[in-house]
Amino acid sequence: MRLVQRRPLPSRLARVRSGGLLPLIAILAVLLVLITVRQPDFMAPPSLMSFLGRSAPLILLAAGQYFVIVSGEFDLSVGSLVTAQVVVAARLIDSDPSRTWPVVLVLLAGGLLVGLVNGLITTRLRVPSFITTLGMFLILVGAVYLWSNGAPKGGLSEEFRRFGRRAFEDVPGLGRIPYALVILLVLATLAVLLMRSDFGRVLVAVGDNPRTAELSGARVHRTRTIAFMLSGLAAAVAAILIGGYSGVSFQAGAGLEFGAITAVVLGGVALGGGRGSVVGAMLGALTLELLFTLMNFYGVSGALRPTVQGAIILFAVAVSTRRSTSR
Amino acid sequence: MSDRPQTPLLALRGISKSFFGVRVLDGVDLDVAPGEVHAVVGENGAGKSTLMKIISGGHAPDGGVIEFAGLPRVFGGPREAQRAGIGIIHQEFNLLPERTVAENVFLGHEPRRRGLVDRRRMLSRTRELLATIGETALPADAVVGRLGVAQQQVVEIAKALALDARLLIMDEPTAALADHEVELLYGLVRRLQQQGIGLLYVSHRLTEVFDLSDRITVLKDGRRVRTMPTAEATAEDLVRQMVGRELSSYYPDRAAPEDVGAVRLTVRGGGNRKLRDIDLDLRAGEVLGVGGLQGSGRSALARALFGVEPFTTGLVTIDGKPARLRSPRAATRAGVAYVTEDRKGEGIVGRQSVLDNALLASRAVLPLRSGRAARTVRVRELLATVEVRAAGDHQEIRFLSGGNQQKVVLARWLALDPLILLFDEPTRGIDVGAKSAIHDLVRRLARSGAAVLMISSELPELLGMSDRMLVMRDGRIAGELSAGATEEDVVALAVGTVRGAAA
Repeated sequence: MRLVQRRPLPSRLARVRSGGLLPLIAILAVLLVLITVRQPDFMAPPSLMSFLGRSAPLILLAAGQYFVIVSGEFDLSVGSLVTAQVVVAARLIDSDPSRTWPVVLVLLAGGLLVGLVNGLITTRLRVPSFITTLGMFLILVGAVYLWSNGAPKGGLSEEFRRFGRRAFEDVPGLGRIPYALVILLVLATLAVLLMRSDFGRVLVAVGDNPRTAELSGARVHRTRTIAFMLSGLAAAVAAILIGGYSGVSFQAGAGLEFGAITAVVLGGVALGGGRGSVVGAMLGALTLELLFTLMNFYGVSGALRPTVQGAIILFAVAVSTRRSTSR
Repeated sequence: MSDRPQTPLLALRGISKSFFGVRVLDGVDLDVAPGEVHAVVGENGAGKSTLMKIISGGHAPDGGVIEFAGLPRVFGGPREAQRAGIGIIHQEFNLLPERTVAENVFLGHEPRRRGLVDRRRMLSRTRELLATIGETALPADAVVGRLGVAQQQVVEIAKALALDARLLIMDEPTAALADHEVELLYGLVRRLQQQGIGLLYVSHRLTEVFDLSDRITVLKDGRRVRTMPTAEATAEDLVRQMVGRELSSYYPDRAAPEDVGAVRLTVRGGGNRKLRDIDLDLRAGEVLGVGGLQGSGRSALARALFGVEPFTTGLVTIDGKPARLRSPRAATRAGVAYVTEDRKGEGIVGRQSVLDNALLASRAVLPLRSGRAARTVRVRELLATVEVRAAGDHQEIRFLSGGNQQKVVLARWLALDPLILLFDEPTRGIDVGAKSAIHDLVRRLARSGAAVLMISSELPELLGMSDRMLVMRDGRIAGELSAGATEEDVVALAVGTVRGAAA
């Protein structure tokens, strides 16, 4: 065992490679090439920036989903949580700009609360998280319909919407940088730092083998509950961005939970926990968004999205299972 | 068998195998005659399991020839080897617990009548099979999950015989058995031998190897060191050939009286669902051995002290102050460390690196005092001290041998500077070389002032390591023995033929 603190560069590179991100980066590159062939100016700063801004919600949801999946659980509630948050925001703000910041705080707290409930039910009541969050999904859908009598009420303030639709203008060399992209970069950095912290390492250990983690002094229940709360928080931020970008509807978050799970799986994260990186999960989301963009450019119907996602999940899980069993 | 030069049942010539450029087997020759018990011994990592996998079709060799029943064979997979007549009994059984003995024995090739499973014939053929190996007491219609480990092993063997196995590979067959069950296995091996079945017997336990085998092959670092008739081998020879070390240096010296310090841990009237009336004192600097039969409460004692299944009655003190060990976390914070007997299930996080495994308890429990880099350096030093052999500290721990995994688990606890260490079967499933390294470490820890409680079902280990011993029976401490006690003393207390007199 070497005692040097910093490993020499080649072996650090080898570690990155062993993280299994190379195939994903290759897929990303191929998609970019295919898109550029069809739409040469896609790689130009304006369209690239706006693409990245548009992708921010899914990337954030993928990071949130990653925390839950790597700890050995699932969160199916994020899509309907996004919808609920958007609808709630519209009614609470009711087009009154002065309510923007309080409502943002309410949304963030709401995301954490839903995550807390998911976590407590899963860990304390020992309900499998698949069921817990499926239940939460249905409860949120119903509750929002009930609360708004079947049609979204109120409206978002322009101040609220700017997070999702506005940008820093006239940045030298890049042009517009969407606020969403800046928010994404900040939160993605925090996510990476979190996974390098003691909490992050214990989180992965909990997903790998909860018994061992517990017998090493880890608070398994608490750790997993925090993962759910992080996922809820990610959903709240995604809701703020989506509300700004595409507005208020009961469809705002539809299907996002599966998008996030697909992204995480595509990013090489093992379902069942204990393996994979948050960077992989976020790159997976980016890849998925690129794929949808490509389909769009080549005139493939948007109705095929769920089919494509389903195929990716099955394929990616099959590949990773093969790889891990044949060592 | 002494009348050997008959055609060998199995003959391996120059078998080689590499994984990722690392040579695991290098030109190994081996043959097994019909009716012979051929033991294969060697440290973990010597290549035993790879060799067995090659014979049973799990891996294809890179070089060399496998002859089975006089014909050169290439097996495309385990099924082909099975069909050719090679059965393998793994350490972990491959049985359906909800099904009956007969259903397991004929799983996948059930006798059929008009397209439906012919239950009656399946039962009668299972009974015949069991009768040929003298296991008439085992009902063919019993549900496997309700059987004991020894009987499940019989089912595994019958399963192989149902496929007309002529060669049986047994990988550490006694690892899961209690002592009296080992006797039964001996009888079974003898009967298989009389049927003319060749047996390859892989084991760490030299006693068994000497009791059972006709010949012994020693593997070391992927090469065959030697094959010799068992009658000509001695235990000292074997150990030396396996590790290059004498058997006499097996256990480190005990604590001298001046090494043993103040009482660290006391339990008075401790009890829970599995334990009653536990009174014990554990002193700094001593190794307190805990013996007893499986299920006597040995492990329950360690788990109570570590807060896994806490005491519900009684009083525990650490360094004179009452300690509430309500959870593993509470115990860890109170300075208790626990090395579990189930290393794979609760000792390691398999897919994480050596370093992550070694840091786990520090990360989970300790507030960061001296900075992350300093902590990592310290843990790396500990890994070096316990002499973990790995490709690097970023290698996933599941690819390490059992002994190296155990050392990493130990390093994990040492990083917390524990006052009290609880070891539950610390050397189970670990090869001879690593075993004595663990023994040395345990002793060094005690010498440096830790209080050590060590559970072992291997009597030589218990007697060789302990400064004092407690023997448990039916959830109570049946008696205490001093260092000079004999195996007979321990067994007598464990089975309850004498009343425990505190020595």
